[in-house]
Amino acid sequence: MRMQEKSIKFGKNLVTTEEFFTAGHSFCIGCGEALALRLACKALGSNVIIANATGCIEICTSPLPITSWRIPWIHTLFENTAATISGIEAGLKILMKKGTIPERNIKCVAVAGDGGTSDIGIQALSGAFERNHDFLYLCFDNEAYMNTGIQRSSATPYGASTTTAPAGKLSIGQITRKKNMAEIAVAHDIPYVATACPSFPFDLMNKVKKGAEVEGPAYIHIFSPCPTGWRHASDLAIEIGRLAVETGIFPLYEVESGRYRLNIARPKLKPVEEYLKLQGRYRHLMNREIEKIQAMINEDYAKLTKKVAAFAA
Amino acid sequence: MSKRIGLEASFATAEAARMADVDVIAAYPITPQTHIPERLAEMVADGELNAAYVPVESEHSAMSACLGAAAVGARTFTATAGQGLELMHEVVYAASSMRYPVVMTVCNRALSAPLSVWGDHSDAMAVRDTAWIQVFCQNSQEAFDLTLWAFRVGEDPKVLFPVMVHLDGFHLSHVTEPVILPEQEEVDRFLPRFHYPFALDPNRPMTHGGFGPPDIYSEAKIAQELAFRQSKEVVLQAWKEFGDIFGRCYCPVESYRIEGAKTLLMTMGSFTETAKIVIDERRGKGEAIGLISLRLWRPFPFEEFRQTVKDAEILIIFDRCISPGMGGPVFSEVRSALYDEEPRPKVVSLIGGLGGRDMSDEDFDYVVSRGKEIAEKGSEKMLETVGVRGEVIRIRG
Repeated sequence: MRMQEKSIKFGKNLVTTEEFFTAGHSFCIGCGEALALRLACKALGSNVIIANATGCIEICTSPLPITSWRIPWIHTLFENTAATISGIEAGLKILMKKGTIPERNIKCVAVAGDGGTSDIGIQALSGAFERNHDFLYLCFDNEAYMNTGIQRSSATPYGASTTTAPAGKLSIGQITRKKNMAEIAVAHDIPYVATACPSFPFDLMNKVKKGAEVEGPAYIHIFSPCPTGWRHASDLAIEIGRLAVETGIFPLYEVESGRYRLNIARPKLKPVEEYLKLQGRYRHLMNREIEKIQAMINEDYAKLTKKVAAFAA
Repeated sequence: MSKRIGLEASFATAEAARMADVDVIAAYPITPQTHIPERLAEMVADGELNAAYVPVESEHSAMSACLGAAAVGARTFTATAGQGLELMHEVVYAASSMRYPVVMTVCNRALSAPLSVWGDHSDAMAVRDTAWIQVFCQNSQEAFDLTLWAFRVGEDPKVLFPVMVHLDGFHLSHVTEPVILPEQEEVDRFLPRFHYPFALDPNRPMTHGGFGPPDIYSEAKIAQELAFRQSKEVVLQAWKEFGDIFGRCYCPVESYRIEGAKTLLMTMGSFTETAKIVIDERRGKGEAIGLISLRLWRPFPFEEFRQTVKDAEILIIFDRCISPGMGGPVFSEVRSALYDEEPRPKVVSLIGGLGGRDMSDEDFDYVVSRGKEIAEKGSEKMLETVGVRGEVIRIRG
């Protein structure tokens, strides 16, 4: 049975043809993150200010004097994106209050990778959540420091081989479990948290739109297949994203004011092996490890479905 | 009418930010800076100041939030000290390179370890090369005046650089002194509303902070350096305007009783006023001695400095910081600034006042007599210090 997406606000013909993140960038061929970013920007529209952490997106879109951005965009540093957007939001609010600039609804959006979010940027992000700034934070998760050459991050999944946690005679690569940023965001009691994946474009755009509209902090964790770092064929990003959702290794859900909803649910998860076998980063795994990963997914997925049942939207 | 009241330097700073009608304050508490953000938070809470107070979770985020606020055109202020300045270090560079005219007060504090909340200039010297316009205050009045002036200079469209106002931690930040507060109307005349020409705005999309590949980074940095050096023109112009409106005149290098002085003592910050006592005493005994105090630290005022010291035979530099393996950082710089001058004074270095160690007038008297001795006979010591227990006896070399 093919999965059907429910389109809440977007139909096929309702997506703008306008591009805010434009061609001429230098992302790798087949990059899932670039696609996710393009969709997110379409959902956001033009009345937006983006603060971008150092990382793939920043590097691929802003080599002076070139820019891929048709919307106001700022990059300052790596770990401070949530703090930068805090200042932007506070600045806009007070300038409007004082009548220095005209009153309008400008969406403040922070964009960062998994390292910039779950490792070095987590303090600034937690602070911005706690201070209740009105902003949307988009974490584009390609599960390692891809921009610097595929070094492990706390978002790298168990068993993946990276350049700083390589598979070897004595190691399977990453031996820790992926940090669950979405649940960390939920723990801040913010009004909107979601996971998304560019293989489900309407779901992704709906969530970005919702996250931008909600008052207060919103967080969306976006699964971003990386052909270069995951070592998969460059035409497989969509397929791999779809499999990540269908195997339950990256479930799509949203949490609105503490209420959970599973967006793409199926009665039975596909075996994770189908997902793993397409990627060179998992090539070294023996059956025993694959079984272990399967057990972890089952456990995590059961936990999530329990929350969905207990705190249904 | 302006009024003259007793005001702690920290409160004078906060008062200047209030009268500047600052839009955004993002700050994190650290001793000895706390009285500044506390007072500002109180003003916002009481409606005396219409501003956003962003109580960030670290100094790194404080400066980052300042960048964001400045990028949308807000007049932005923060304050920090010592470790806080170190934690925000990389953001301090970004502020000037991205040309955001943030104003920051630094209540100068020593650096760990051992932990010290007390004053010296180690934090200031660590941010020497960040391309911020930097001034050192001698008293509470200067804390007020130079904070107002900082907004005026930084926000000038010909400048657009951030400005750092240094107050000695505790020795100045916590001292209550008479301060003349101007009328709001005078302040408004001196400091017009801030219009950042490159504000982030959806109606006029702009990219801030793209990265610099090797074929553009050098040009970007040299352009920044030229603009930074040229900012001195506005620094002087704004001081002139300040004098015209408020009647208090400032200059990059302050001199005290230097007429015919063969020996000059040089200080920075609040210890200058203590050193003046020694100058008065020695002048009273007929000694040809004077004092200079470097107010403008960056951009370095080469001309004014050279002009001020050109007739002296001995110049004694008092540093409140050590550049390890090198010596007094201010000493190194001013000696270098004089290298091509003919004639030039013999420049000697003494270091003291570290980590809150007080410098009395007797200590400065020692600085002068020892400084003259070194100038005449040289020094057999590796490092010349004042007020430090345990003689540093190793021979140079």
